[in-house]
Amino acid sequence: MRRLLSSIGSRLVIAVPYLWLLFFFLVPFFIVFKISLSQPTIAMPPYQPVFGLEDGLSGLFGKLRQLSFDNYLWLLQDALYVNAYVSSVVIAAVSTLLTLLVGYPIAYGMARAPERLRPLLLMMVILPFWTSFLIRVYAWIGILKPEGLLNQFLLFLGVIDEPLIILNTTKAVYIGIVYSYLPFMVLPLYATLEKMDHSLIEAAQDLGCPPLAAFWKITFPLSFPGVVAGCMLVFIPAVGEFVIPDLLGGSRTLMIGRTLWNEFFSNRDWPVSSAVAIVLLLILVLPIVYFQRAQARAREREG
Amino acid sequence: MASLGSTRRTFAPWADPTARPYIRFENVTKRFGDFTAVDDLSLTVYEREFFALLGASGCGKTTLLRMLGGFEQPTSGRIFLDGQDLKGIPPYRRPVNMMFQSYALFPHMTVEANIAFGLKQDGMPKAEIAERVAQMLKLVKLEQFARRKPHQLSGGQRQRVALARSLAKRPKVLLLDEPLGALDKKLREETQFELVDLQYELGLTFIIVTHDQEEAMTMADRIAIMDKGKVLQVATPAEVYEAPSCRFVAEFVGSVNMFEGTVVEAGSAARLRDRSGAQFLVADSGDASPGDTVWLAVRPEKLRITRERPSEVENALEGEVWDIAYLGDMTVYNVKLADGRIVKASTINSRRSVEDALTWHERAWVSFLPDAGVVLTR
Amino acid sequence: MAGTWGRFNIASLVLGFAFLYLPIVLLIIYSFNESRLVTVWAGFSTRWYVAMLGNRGLMDAAWVTARVAFLSATVATVLGTMAAVALTRYTRFRGRLLFSGMVFAPLVMPEVITGLSLLLLFVAINFDRGFATVTIAHITFSMCFVAVVVQSRLITFDRSLEEAALDLGATPVKAFFQVTLPVILPSVVAGWMLAFTLSLDDLVIASFTSGPGATTLPMKIYSQVRLGVTPEINAVCTVLIAIVTVGVIAAALVNKRREVLRRREDMALVASA
Repeated sequence: MRRLLSSIGSRLVIAVPYLWLLFFFLVPFFIVFKISLSQPTIAMPPYQPVFGLEDGLSGLFGKLRQLSFDNYLWLLQDALYVNAYVSSVVIAAVSTLLTLLVGYPIAYGMARAPERLRPLLLMMVILPFWTSFLIRVYAWIGILKPEGLLNQFLLFLGVIDEPLIILNTTKAVYIGIVYSYLPFMVLPLYATLEKMDHSLIEAAQDLGCPPLAAFWKITFPLSFPGVVAGCMLVFIPAVGEFVIPDLLGGSRTLMIGRTLWNEFFSNRDWPVSSAVAIVLLLILVLPIVYFQRAQARAREREG
Repeated sequence: MASLGSTRRTFAPWADPTARPYIRFENVTKRFGDFTAVDDLSLTVYEREFFALLGASGCGKTTLLRMLGGFEQPTSGRIFLDGQDLKGIPPYRRPVNMMFQSYALFPHMTVEANIAFGLKQDGMPKAEIAERVAQMLKLVKLEQFARRKPHQLSGGQRQRVALARSLAKRPKVLLLDEPLGALDKKLREETQFELVDLQYELGLTFIIVTHDQEEAMTMADRIAIMDKGKVLQVATPAEVYEAPSCRFVAEFVGSVNMFEGTVVEAGSAARLRDRSGAQFLVADSGDASPGDTVWLAVRPEKLRITRERPSEVENALEGEVWDIAYLGDMTVYNVKLADGRIVKASTINSRRSVEDALTWHERAWVSFLPDAGVVLTR
Repeated sequence: MAGTWGRFNIASLVLGFAFLYLPIVLLIIYSFNESRLVTVWAGFSTRWYVAMLGNRGLMDAAWVTARVAFLSATVATVLGTMAAVALTRYTRFRGRLLFSGMVFAPLVMPEVITGLSLLLLFVAINFDRGFATVTIAHITFSMCFVAVVVQSRLITFDRSLEEAALDLGATPVKAFFQVTLPVILPSVVAGWMLAFTLSLDDLVIASFTSGPGATTLPMKIYSQVRLGVTPEINAVCTVLIAIVTVGVIAAALVNKRREVLRRREDMALVASA
């Protein structure tokens, strides 16, 4: 009897989170997919289910005939969506590169810091990550505004004569993404750099390699797994970002997360926004799978 | 047959046909996917025996122990303990306890709480638990460490806590997985004798897994030597050393010279011809018959090394002293024969200084008596 | 040591941390500005904090957020820990690949997709949107973060500890609660804190899944920010930052203190021995 109970226990441990995710994560995707294939007129709010269990099989086949790829064709034909996808990927890629450029020296400096300082530095990188994303983006509005603190400061220094227009441009979006996602880049980089044996650099120098060359030939290649992890952690969420382009970007800053939001909340076109979501997911599947594989490989190498 | 080596105590239930085996593995096989860890293995252990499973890592010895503990289920075959089939009995209901290689002390509990853990699971009254814990602490001489946490103890103290914890429930059998592996050499040697004394005092059955032959030979009544999931020989330490059953055992335990050859005459005054054509006189050729390929295993200390060929000995080989390893208590000579083979011969340094000792590149003879070696057929 | 650290490294750290902290510091400073204009300093004042406390809508939203965050973090910690145990302990069960996929996918899923899909689910099953739906949505994505945090601890957990407990007669359930859970507890607590702050932060998913009467604080802040930067929002943000910072630092200090105590105890023992 006790054995029976313990085997039920182990089944529960699997079943409860499994069913939860199945119902609240996987099933919703199928619903999004289903709605993306339905006619806009049917699915306009108040939303009418395309088909439900009560329709039975015959009803299901009847409804299946009504499914269409119209929404997807619509996405392809309308330059707005295509441009939004392309510009999301471009903005995400550029900001990922910028984040890497900003993050690498920080991670490197941390890894080379005296050992007793490292936990503190690590904590300082993680701390902003705990504070609200929205707040951190909001903080930049006051800085980047035409009459904001940055312009006041630069005018005061005499570097510029006229306020720079940064807010509500793509530049502000870059700054926002780099700022918000910097910890995601620094942490994996730091993890690989910190593990690295410093005697490798000494060996390279001993063999006649000058410091900068030693960095490019030894340090950077060895930190590559961290570079990949950091870039993926920035790139993937940045593509679907909504808050940053909405608050910092201009009306001409196209990003797909924002398009989806507007499609849903302003145009109330549920089938099209579902189709937008599905296509966004398809774009992200490749980097996500690549990232998972890279992580699994890294885990194997360590384990 | 003369007795092999000296026996530690007169205890040999395995030699008594009426004795009842206490633990029985019957044709046990364990596979992990494609890998066969334990291969159709049968083995018996007797009550109050100190039994060692000896082998290199990956030979299946730990898997065998874990099956007895209930952490792995045999793919096929059965395991009996005191007449009871253990199939389907989970670890927490088996009357055996295990001492883990990592000790597995619960880091968040004191020494006391660790030792009391198993007793609490049985619902033993509090007063009795306290009494038993005190008794166990005394047994392992850790009375003043009761309130400490495991990380506040030295390696040797941790090992003793693990021992006390696994003994607290008075199991029928104690399983020890490399119990001394984490200790340094000196402490290990001391602890070996402590364990033997403890086992004798408590009258329990111990099964120990080890890769250290010295450890197995020091402690065990019998040793099972394992390779690739199979048991190659089960015997007392002296038998394993002096009468190995096969080349693997001979080479695994101690150091050995192995002469490959053919049987010319079998029987109690057998003759072998080795690869170089030399003839050896051997006291016993075992079950080999003329024409068979066999191996003559001779331990280095059974070889004599001299400058001149000894006249009275039949088995002698000439060579050149190639290497000398002075180990303090003894000296090992590597002698290179004409055909390039190296023969090891060791001498005990019973005196502090030797006049006119053999030195590098000298010609020398190694010789051995007809009963010095064992003829092996596999 | 300082020699190998180098000037370049120190400079990049100083600039890097200035970049990370300056915007937040400025935001905090200007929350104490007397002027309504956020960018013009007109003297120190706490009037915006008073205004904030008097803002009924803001306070209601804060209360909703606190309840959602507490409830969702707690449930997510239980579910996430279970998922972590399932993934590390049971290497073979039907649908394990799908399960691990579902645990890891939400970590990289764009929030707009998660939010939209959950909303469509709630509509499909005719579930009234409000407090419950936001909480469910937050549980769903934060349990995956908890699972990852706890799993990384479980991987390094010495399995023989659990086996020792079983060997000494504890049933698997007892072994988990008496041995495994106490040992991995710090990671479970960290998971809870992460889930709590994720819920506290979330704007996008809450916007999709919330309904009337369940406006969360980020939603409220967002709608006001769209109208422009106000010192009152700065004040709210400052309070939120203070709460989270105090929480995180306190947790770190507790950990550190435990460590120091432990080390001091060890040293005393060594000295007395």
